[in-house]
Amino acid sequence: MQLALFIIFGALAVAGALNLLLQRHPINSALSLVVVMMSLAVLYWSLGAEFLAAAQVIVYSGAIMVFFVFVIMLLNAGEEERTTGSRAAYIVGFPGAAAIFCLLSFVFLSERHAFGSANVGGYLNHITSNIAEVSSLLFTKLLLPFEVTSVLILVAILGAVVLARKEQ
Amino acid sequence: MSAQVPIAAYLILAAVLFSIGVAAFLIKRNLITVFMSIELMLNAVNLTFVAFAHMWHQVSGQIFVFFVMVVAAAEAAVGLAIIIAIFRTRETLNVDQIDLMKS
Amino acid sequence: MPSNLWLIPLLPFAGFLVNGTIGRKLPRALVSAVALICTAIPAAIVAWLWITMKAAGAPDVIQIVGKPWIAITGLTVNFAFTVDHLTLIMLGVVTGVGFLIHIYSVGYMAHEEGYWRFFAYLNLFMFFMSVLVLAESFLLMFVGWEGVGLASYLLIGYYFKKDSAANAGKKAFIVNRIGDFGFLLAMFLIVREFGSLDFAHVFNAITVNPEWHEGILTAIALLLVLGAVGKSAQIPLYVWLPDAMEGPTPVSALIHAATMVTAGIYMVARCHTLFDRSPYALGVVAIIGTATAIFAACIGMVQHDIKRVLAYSTVSQLGYMFLACGVGAYAAGIFHLLTHAFFKALLFLAAGSVIHALSGEQDMRKMGGLRKRIPITFWTMTMGVFAISGIPPLAGFFSKDEILYQAFVSTNPIGKILWFVGLVTAGMTSFYMFRLWFKTFFGPEHFEEHTDLHDHGAAVHAYSGSHAVMVADPEESHKHSVHESPWIMLGPLVILAILSIIGGWVGVPAAMGGHDEIGHFLDPVFASGASAEAAATTSHGSELGLALISVIVVAIGFYIAYIFYYKKPRTAAALAARAPALYRLVENKFYIDEIYGVIVMVLMMISRVALGSLIDGGIVNGSGAAAGGLTKGLSSLVRRVQSGNIRSYAGWLALGAAAVLLVMIFGRSVWLH
Repeated sequence: MQLALFIIFGALAVAGALNLLLQRHPINSALSLVVVMMSLAVLYWSLGAEFLAAAQVIVYSGAIMVFFVFVIMLLNAGEEERTTGSRAAYIVGFPGAAAIFCLLSFVFLSERHAFGSANVGGYLNHITSNIAEVSSLLFTKLLLPFEVTSVLILVAILGAVVLARKEQ
Repeated sequence: MSAQVPIAAYLILAAVLFSIGVAAFLIKRNLITVFMSIELMLNAVNLTFVAFAHMWHQVSGQIFVFFVMVVAAAEAAVGLAIIIAIFRTRETLNVDQIDLMKS
Repeated sequence: MPSNLWLIPLLPFAGFLVNGTIGRKLPRALVSAVALICTAIPAAIVAWLWITMKAAGAPDVIQIVGKPWIAITGLTVNFAFTVDHLTLIMLGVVTGVGFLIHIYSVGYMAHEEGYWRFFAYLNLFMFFMSVLVLAESFLLMFVGWEGVGLASYLLIGYYFKKDSAANAGKKAFIVNRIGDFGFLLAMFLIVREFGSLDFAHVFNAITVNPEWHEGILTAIALLLVLGAVGKSAQIPLYVWLPDAMEGPTPVSALIHAATMVTAGIYMVARCHTLFDRSPYALGVVAIIGTATAIFAACIGMVQHDIKRVLAYSTVSQLGYMFLACGVGAYAAGIFHLLTHAFFKALLFLAAGSVIHALSGEQDMRKMGGLRKRIPITFWTMTMGVFAISGIPPLAGFFSKDEILYQAFVSTNPIGKILWFVGLVTAGMTSFYMFRLWFKTFFGPEHFEEHTDLHDHGAAVHAYSGSHAVMVADPEESHKHSVHESPWIMLGPLVILAILSIIGGWVGVPAAMGGHDEIGHFLDPVFASGASAEAAATTSHGSELGLALISVIVVAIGFYIAYIFYYKKPRTAAALAARAPALYRLVENKFYIDEIYGVIVMVLMMISRVALGSLIDGGIVNGSGAAAGGLTKGLSSLVRRVQSGNIRSYAGWLALGAAAVLLVMIFGRSVWLH
């Protein structure tokens, strides 16, 4: 089952990413990204991170992507025009991206034996649930980062409000 | 059927998503699409973290993902606010036409 | 007792310091007193040395060693003086003739500006010349060598406001420098070969190794010859000496006749042990000497300036001394050096007296008939002229004949040719000296009686060259008749005339009934390692015969001069008119100066192109410009990164991230395996 889940939803994620790349209208790209995030949520769940899977669906694709779609519609961004872009992006960018991919795959592949394998629902058999584990770590040892993060969100809200305000 | 899926597969999947995100970042001309490719890259990284968390049987990897999500949300909020501000002045979302910092 | 040797150079140096620093403020009498005392005392010491060293049982050599100068592993040089018989003769000439010339200068320079400067430099010269002659090592001798060159430059350019004088000083110094270059290289080779620069050490090393011949010794000898050629004005470095006549006449007498120019001869004689081992070098010396002798005599025959004639005569006589050393007859060379010092100094000083009498006229075409006007000058100069021409029994006859005889009987393969050339040169010497004699003192008067060429102070010296103006009353009008010089100038003339007469009698060879005292006197110096022993083996008859031939040649020269310049004064001009190109060639000194100028110009042009344009312009400037250009190019490339375009920034970002990943992954190879 692990394998099936992985193959189906992995392919779905890649397809969504490619679609994001290839679509001309940003709204299509946004919806493709939602598909990617949903598939990733499933993959998280298969790796035993249930809380994260839920958070991914609720926060990421439910809030952030909606926000994206909302801004796209607000700004009425149309289809992309063909403009002559920077050559540097193509000349140095693609080799860079390709190099990153190659390097990462090289490392991962050469170490694949050390990584081991994934067991679906590996944590589901344990006494404590995933959420209990996460929260016990989050609210004890990592309490400070947690609180700082909430301040960060507060600052971001204020910033967004200020930046997006109409000029007085 | 519990066929084993090697962790490396998840990692390579994440690498693929990341590279596609970089490529999209370079190709796309709409500012918002560029922003979305950043989110794609962040998601790829999240997958990597979760995979490693599963490998080491530790939960701190997942907590890191949690924080990444929080930051991504904040960044999305502020970034899109900036994009709106840019749109107001420039009337365009074309990346190539926003080059005031040209030297 | 030997510690008094230090006073010989140090007293003149003290005189230089006193006159050089505060002489400007002192009255003239005091300046002269200081200078004269600082020259007289060394002369007295030398005289006393003569007495002690000629006494029976006296050591042949006195040596005093002072503090070490250079003391490093591999080379030790001390401040050391040595006095042997050769040194004694040189010292006698330097201090004795030097003292006489100092006395003469008191009168000659009496109304010159910068009086103190003249005597300061003159004392400086005495100091350096003494050091040169007394030195026990090559290095100390080189100090004196350079120092006399410096003093010569200062004194030639004494009338520094005159362009020609300043240029002549520079020329002398620079041409000397070329010779000094050879001397330096020789010293380097000596250090490398012998490990020491002391005469005693080097010559002993050569003596105890009789099998050393040629090779490196020839190289050293030839380099020393280069130095001597520069200092003693031989071909090809003689060009400075005629120009050096721009200096005051006492300077010409002392430095460019009697002492400094003989330093080269002295050096060759001092290093005779070395030269004897290299017949090749000796041959070169002999040929250079002979060639110079006849070449200079040719030029001297057609010069019009009285001092130029004497200058070329000096070059020619120095050639004789070189010839003597070249055939191994060092004693004969030194003998001629001694007699030449007497009569050449006499000739120069007397010429100075003539010039002074004529208020600055130096061109012989404007002289004539001075015999009755300035009789004492006339008679003393006559002695000088007779002496240099080689008329027996005056000094020049014995010394010059000794040289010619030694050349004739030497083992040198071209000895007979050298003798013949020397003979011809003797005839030419006689000719031009009598030409000078006739033109100056005999015949109709061509000079202007009331010349207005002079006024007071330095201006007249800037105009008409080296002479002194004796005006009875500075307020009087500028008319000035021909008159005899004061006794302070005539005294040294008379003394030198007497010496020119009797000076040769110390070297009368056995063939003519003498004892050749000077030759025997110098035996302890030249006997070691000497290879010229022909004197003892030939008969007296050939020597007398050769002497007779030279007297006849001299007489021929006199007769020709008599015809040309006394009996039929038009003859010379007519002869010149018949071969105008040849005459002009010789009159212009064979254009040697011009040729040298062209050669130097060509060299400078080459170096200007090579060094200037290629290296300086191309490499030095070029590399600077290239660095700038490189920076500009690189920066214009890098500037494109700042395009303001987000996507290009993104592209560079991706590349950078890949690079970082690369470094991290492969930089830590421990992760891979």
